[in-house]
Amino acid sequence: MSIHLDRVHKAFGPREVLCGLSLDVAEGEIAAIVGPSGCGKSVLLKHIVGLLAPDSGAVVVAGRSVPELDRESLAELRRRIGYVFQFAALFDSMTVAANVGMGLRRLPGWDGRRIARRAEECLELVDLAGMGDRYPAQLSGGQRKRAGLARAIAASPEYLLYDEPTTGLDPVTTSVIDKLVVRMRDELGVTGLVVTHDMTSAFRVADRITFLHEGRARFSGAPDELRVAPDAVLKGFVEGDPGLYYGTEG
Amino acid sequence: MASASAPEHALSEPPKAREQLPAVRRRFVHGPLASCGRLTLSALVLFGRAWRLFWASIHALREVGLWGPLLLPQMARVGVASVPIAVFIAIFTGIVMSLQASYTLSGTLPLYFVGTMVGKSMIIELGPVLTGLVLAGRVGATISAELGTMRVTEQIDALETLAYDPVVYLVIPRTVAGIVMFPLVVLIATSVGIGSAWVTALELLNMSSAEFVKGLRLFFEPWDVWFAVIKTISFGAIVTGVGCFFGLQTDRGARGVGRATTRTVVVASMCILVLDAFWAAVLL
Repeated sequence: MSIHLDRVHKAFGPREVLCGLSLDVAEGEIAAIVGPSGCGKSVLLKHIVGLLAPDSGAVVVAGRSVPELDRESLAELRRRIGYVFQFAALFDSMTVAANVGMGLRRLPGWDGRRIARRAEECLELVDLAGMGDRYPAQLSGGQRKRAGLARAIAASPEYLLYDEPTTGLDPVTTSVIDKLVVRMRDELGVTGLVVTHDMTSAFRVADRITFLHEGRARFSGAPDELRVAPDAVLKGFVEGDPGLYYGTEG
Repeated sequence: MASASAPEHALSEPPKAREQLPAVRRRFVHGPLASCGRLTLSALVLFGRAWRLFWASIHALREVGLWGPLLLPQMARVGVASVPIAVFIAIFTGIVMSLQASYTLSGTLPLYFVGTMVGKSMIIELGPVLTGLVLAGRVGATISAELGTMRVTEQIDALETLAYDPVVYLVIPRTVAGIVMFPLVVLIATSVGIGSAWVTALELLNMSSAEFVKGLRLFFEPWDVWFAVIKTISFGAIVTGVGCFFGLQTDRGARGVGRATTRTVVVASMCILVLDAFWAAVLL
């Protein structure tokens, strides 16, 4: 398995966010993690990239146990992972092109000209060609998200983690982002993990969908399996039916 | 029998007083004790985190290739940009020192002692401490607000995912810039302060330049300048270090950024005064 989580527990003070979560993502697959806001989806992504350490349980990426890695090994692993943040997290003191090239600066063989060329390539890929000289504050929300995606793919990572990549975007931009996610897998063989509560998006991009509920994976399967799953809570979430979801129907 | 007497005694209390006793105990005994415990615990946690940042910074110093190129812009922001406010404070401190020295000495000592008092106090105390306190507000608060905003907007997380160490990339350039630039700013401010005191002595106290300089040189020791430099190096390290620490600890959005900035100014100012006393006790 490319990404493997086994019985991961994580609490912030008295609030337990992940309660024995297990998850597997295969090489070259796009897995979507769906679930209500605040159920620990972003926390899960942060464990994979080593921004958070689990209280207990295993987090293994590319055969390496993330919490046990030393500083250098973690940095090395992080160079193989691209992370698209929910609110883009662009460096606001830098231009968009500088943001995109930021991850390349420390890689051997990347001089200024090569970085600028690659940044422009990545910006073209996300339909932001010619916007490299702008600052993040001069971009719209959708453009910022796309710039964040360009930054994540600049170093040609093997894994891409997307934290709510389409939240707050218009349907057309959402579709553009979804196509990009699929394109990353088809053209570059990137393994993707998409955290979202946008079910349309999840059905569009995912090979497998995991439903996170109360800190655990309540369902994991192909999108077609999810559509016919009998679980009322899952059905309530997918259909946006509070009665089913909270079990108050009837 | 003794055990039987206790419930009897309790039963003999008026019922209302019996009900109030646990509430009173909770309010006046358990409450303050719990607060003390919580405060001690959070202070220990904070101290532990500061210690960890300190050691991480010591280790990060080795990566000169990464933080070196970022040093010059930080030196400009921490030092050069602070000169105007430091000079402003120094000018008025010099004027006041000159006038107050003349007021204190008149009728007891010769007037050229104004130069002595101004020189000594500006070099070893007022220059470093007043400038340090002003820079705690200006530099410390700026660093804290900047890093705090980066923290709450996930820019620091983004740095980490791009395999950058925030300590190397953010903390070290700011701290080294503080260590290098604080003494320079203080030296400029002290010189300007003495200069403004000199002009005040000439214009308002009818002293001659020769008299002022005579007083200035009377008890001057080159060690005083070194003492001031050592002190301000420590001020530079503490102000920038505290700013970075509280900036990186920021959480809970804009309110958290405000709290981190306030804490930075308060803690850095307190540290300056403690360090001032420490160096006076150790080096004088």
